[in-house]
Amino acid sequence: MKQIRLMVNGESHELSVPPWRTLLEVIREDLGLTGTKEGCSLGECGACTVIMDGRAVNSCLVLAAEADNKQITTIEGLAGSRGKLHPIQQAFVEHGGLQCGFCTPGMIMSAKALLDKTPTPTKEEIRRGIAGNLCRCTGYTKIIESIKAAAGNTEEK
Amino acid sequence: MAEFSVIGERLPRVDAREKVTGEAKYAADYSLPNMLWCKLLRSPYPHARILSIDTSKAERLPGVKAAVTAKDFGGWTWGWMPATRDEPPLAVDKVRYMAEAVAGVAAIDEDTAEEACQLIRVDYEELPGIFEPEEAMRESAPKVHDYVKNNISVEYHWNFGDVEKAFAESYIVREDRFRTSRATHGYLEPPAILAYYDPTGYITVWASKQSPYFHYRHLAACFKLPLSKVRVIQPFIGGGFGGTKNDSLAGDFCAVLLSKISGKPVKYVESMEEELVTSRRRHSMIVYSKMGAKKDGTLTAIHHQVVADGGGYTAVGPLSLYLAGFATTLPYRLPNFKYDAYRVFTNNPIGAAMRGHGITHTRFAAEIQMGMIAEELGIDPVEVRMRNAIDNPKPGTIYETINKVTLKTCGLKEAIQKVTEDPIWRDRNKTPRKEGSIFWGVGLSGTSYLGGARQMGHQSCAAIIRVCEDGTVNLITGATDCGQGSDTVLCMIAAEELGIKLEDVNIKRVDTAYTPVDPGSYGSRVTILAGQATQKAAREAKRQLLEAAAKTWQVKPEDVEIRERKVFITSDPERSMPFDKLARIACYSGTGAVILGTGYSSYGLEPLDLTNGIGNGGTSYSFTAQSARVGVDMETGKITVTDFTIASDCGRLLSPIQAEGQIEGASVQGMGQTIYEDFIVDRGKTLNPTLLDYKMPHSTDIPNIKLIDIVTNDPDGPFGAKETSEGSIVSTPPAVVSAIHDATGIWFKELPITPEKVVKALKEKL
Repeated sequence: MKQIRLMVNGESHELSVPPWRTLLEVIREDLGLTGTKEGCSLGECGACTVIMDGRAVNSCLVLAAEADNKQITTIEGLAGSRGKLHPIQQAFVEHGGLQCGFCTPGMIMSAKALLDKTPTPTKEEIRRGIAGNLCRCTGYTKIIESIKAAAGNTEEK
Repeated sequence: MAEFSVIGERLPRVDAREKVTGEAKYAADYSLPNMLWCKLLRSPYPHARILSIDTSKAERLPGVKAAVTAKDFGGWTWGWMPATRDEPPLAVDKVRYMAEAVAGVAAIDEDTAEEACQLIRVDYEELPGIFEPEEAMRESAPKVHDYVKNNISVEYHWNFGDVEKAFAESYIVREDRFRTSRATHGYLEPPAILAYYDPTGYITVWASKQSPYFHYRHLAACFKLPLSKVRVIQPFIGGGFGGTKNDSLAGDFCAVLLSKISGKPVKYVESMEEELVTSRRRHSMIVYSKMGAKKDGTLTAIHHQVVADGGGYTAVGPLSLYLAGFATTLPYRLPNFKYDAYRVFTNNPIGAAMRGHGITHTRFAAEIQMGMIAEELGIDPVEVRMRNAIDNPKPGTIYETINKVTLKTCGLKEAIQKVTEDPIWRDRNKTPRKEGSIFWGVGLSGTSYLGGARQMGHQSCAAIIRVCEDGTVNLITGATDCGQGSDTVLCMIAAEELGIKLEDVNIKRVDTAYTPVDPGSYGSRVTILAGQATQKAAREAKRQLLEAAAKTWQVKPEDVEIRERKVFITSDPERSMPFDKLARIACYSGTGAVILGTGYSSYGLEPLDLTNGIGNGGTSYSFTAQSARVGVDMETGKITVTDFTIASDCGRLLSPIQAEGQIEGASVQGMGQTIYEDFIVDRGKTLNPTLLDYKMPHSTDIPNIKLIDIVTNDPDGPFGAKETSEGSIVSTPPAVVSAIHDATGIWFKELPITPEKVVKALKEKL
């Protein structure tokens, strides 16, 4: 077992984890943050995307031990105080950027990582920014529109 | 005043907030105290006799609480029809496809359950397998099931008109062999269930089911319980698209039985690899299409002979083959039609339903073949379609096909016209045809899909409207939103009928203990049938409210109207009150009534005629015309799809954002099955069981999609609506294949059209 300290959505957690435990398992099972989804567990679908030290990562491919002392943001950490949606979340709501919602948390985290680095991306940059996140419902069109709309809004926050 | 105040508005989904915040809980997100984890042991052979199973070593592993095998289910089997109940929860005497489940284990955690599965000893006697459906039909082929002859699981022979005479009299007759891919749903949420069989003998499950009432019946039958003791609580569903989540699975039955044995809740979550190797996927169908036409391109006859790879069990196969036949007489006038269909057992994974169910195969074949005939006759692709397309019936009249499919509206001609006026088609010869090694092409299709699917048993949807004293409303229905947006549409229908706002209507997930029984979410039936039920329930609640208002104002109920939360006398709108005040009056004054409106759907009650293929498969029919622009790299064979223009006759768009999302999503899924998606299956073994190797479209692959809305206002749908979820998965493959032909001069007849196939075909053409 390894002792680790994770900063998740601004809260510190001290955990004792076996060396093979993934960050995804810790987030979902130990911390009960089930907003992060498990799709393929092989880094192919992006449903488990979280932001670790500013980068979007597939949490199924990160060992919990590797995340020791890292800053993690999950979908639960995105909305502001009193439940005010983050502009990216708001844009997904208004522009129909979701259907079944299973890819949505990961998709939004990838969008956030993209917009944090590239605040006004082109359509092509958006497509590339979410290329690691599969969505089977929307055909991506409304997701791309949502991110484009959020890019217009993020400066106002 | 506008005709509607809610219907047709660009309103967000009612569940959007829960989904963007991660609050929405899916089956795998539920946990209970003292919960155990279930894992399954699956067969390493596609066809083998089970000689013995020994679970004793697994049961001795610390942390293991129970293990089950087929004998624990007492011989129970299930299936779509009484005659086809050929599938046991766990394999009994033999396994019929690779990775069929043979045993289940419950342990204190997932790792222990997995380890225990490896300790189960199964002695198999490997049997010769059969993997190609046409070979499986031969007398000498290995038998997958003993209860049928020549591995034929389903067989239909329908005959309308006189195809032989028509072919003899035709100016041109073509015969071609088409084949569709081994495609699957590809939702990102693997099937999951949390089950608790409590000590009072009551089953409660949270399961990822798009049609929870199928599951409710399966569990009651399997565990010999009254339906009133089976409770399926619907979590959010991470995509359905038919097939797997429309049925019960080995993991479901095992989780419930293991809970019964252990007395603890049991959770089962399938891995993506298990999902991809065992999903009840779209059938791969071989379609021998024979088509005749006059010199001017008018169709005279179609004879389709279909051989479908059914895999190891029947599942929903009888419906798949029915759908692949009955709608071939749409969307073009067809005076003669013959259909000979065989669904054949093989030792491949089970063939079942997927979005565009049945129709996508035969329409792909017929649409491409019509394009080939038009080319041979020197007729323009638009002209051959306009010449054959069914006209929009005049209001009050019905168009009937030769197999008695009836239409009250058909917007195909208008859709073709609009799509061909759009720049993608109109300017196709103005844009460069070649750029370096890329050859460009534009294709066209015109197709149809059913909405409000009929079935064999229970058909009606129901809804309850409960008016709260503060003027808000609970909508209670058994219809499931598995992502398609139906909860939003149903709430919009209720709000429109009651004259209130969308945010005044609240809907919760299905719970079979409280919500009315519902057939399920398939065959594009929810908006039409649950929509009609909701409309009726809302009207009934409104009738009661109007009576209360009329009593208060001493007028007649028909003199009162409600719009945008305002109740008023039609002839004197100044006499008004807010909706919440009326709700309080209705609930408190006089009798202190409880305002409940109930309704159930009445469309599409005649059962399906599987034997003769006569009559309707749906309540109404959508029509789609689509253009596609593609670039084909003549050196590498890579196909890039750059544009879709899709004109859809959905009757009327009730919820435009949701409808657009359906059309866009289905077209991209259709693109996947046309150029990327295929399971490579070698002697029953899936060689590409990951999302890396089973190629679904990514954000970088998709075309620009332009949508055109054709309004036909069908009389058999709420506010004139028809289906909108499946039309474009039928129209996309022929549009893309026609575009590839336009670019390369080659008609591809087997899906998917991979770069390898393109390069091979280009070499053969030289």
